[in-house]
Amino acid sequence: MAEFSTAIIDRGDVSVINVSGYLDAHTAPTLESNFTELIDNNKFKIVVNFKDLAYISSAGLGVFMAYVEKIRDNAGDIKLTNMNEKVYNIFDLLGFPLLYEIFSTEDEAVNKFNKSDKVGNDESK
Amino acid sequence: MGTTNLNKSEISVKSRTENLSLIRDFVSSKTSDAGLAKDEIENVMLAVDEACTNIIKHAYNSFPDGEIVIKLEYNSDKLLVTIIDHGSTFDPNGIPDPDLQKYYRDGRVGGLGMFLMKTLMDDVKYITVPGKYNQVLLSKRIN
Repeated sequence: MAEFSTAIIDRGDVSVINVSGYLDAHTAPTLESNFTELIDNNKFKIVVNFKDLAYISSAGLGVFMAYVEKIRDNAGDIKLTNMNEKVYNIFDLLGFPLLYEIFSTEDEAVNKFNKSDKVGNDESK
Repeated sequence: MGTTNLNKSEISVKSRTENLSLIRDFVSSKTSDAGLAKDEIENVMLAVDEACTNIIKHAYNSFPDGEIVIKLEYNSDKLLVTIIDHGSTFDPNGIPDPDLQKYYRDGRVGGLGMFLMKTLMDDVKYITVPGKYNQVLLSKRIN
């Protein structure tokens, strides 16, 4: 029985979803409910950390496609981090690096959100 | 495929997504001695997962008690996975390769699985006998 679990950690106003195990058509609804919950709570700055993800199928990739537009419409983004080579290759085959920012570390992704905020503030002066 | 040293295995599961892990374990354990590299075995595992996910969602329309039979055979040259279902007929030619930018604009997510299958395997074939069964044949050369 393959296992999949998620844990959400707040880092300032950025929400980090840590995904672990096997993400397939059976387990994708768990991640979908995480996204729904964050969106319902107006949390649109989302980092997904793949450090403990062993496997992903297209059903898992579809979750990111399903929510990214709504999140970007609300001045947020989904940024992806810490993918192992196997998981990255699947994202790459489907052209995801063109649509999503992928970082080596969670800190880089979180900092990118904070940096964008500063740019936004500067522009509003 | 020739019959020299042909290795064959078969599993039958109900059309439920909870069985995907069982299907992947079957593929990985039965191909471990086939002479494929680890990443090639993982690619076959993913392609079979995608084929079965499509069968569960589309051929059986999420009906949980349909039957999926997975037959795996290999010799020293080639690995062949045959996946059989008795769900509704499906025309793979009606599914274009995905245009991710278009998907993004339209909020659509389908078609990715079939694209992955075609990319990860050397050959993907569909055989349908309407009202009887559908077969997906996935093959990979063994060097």
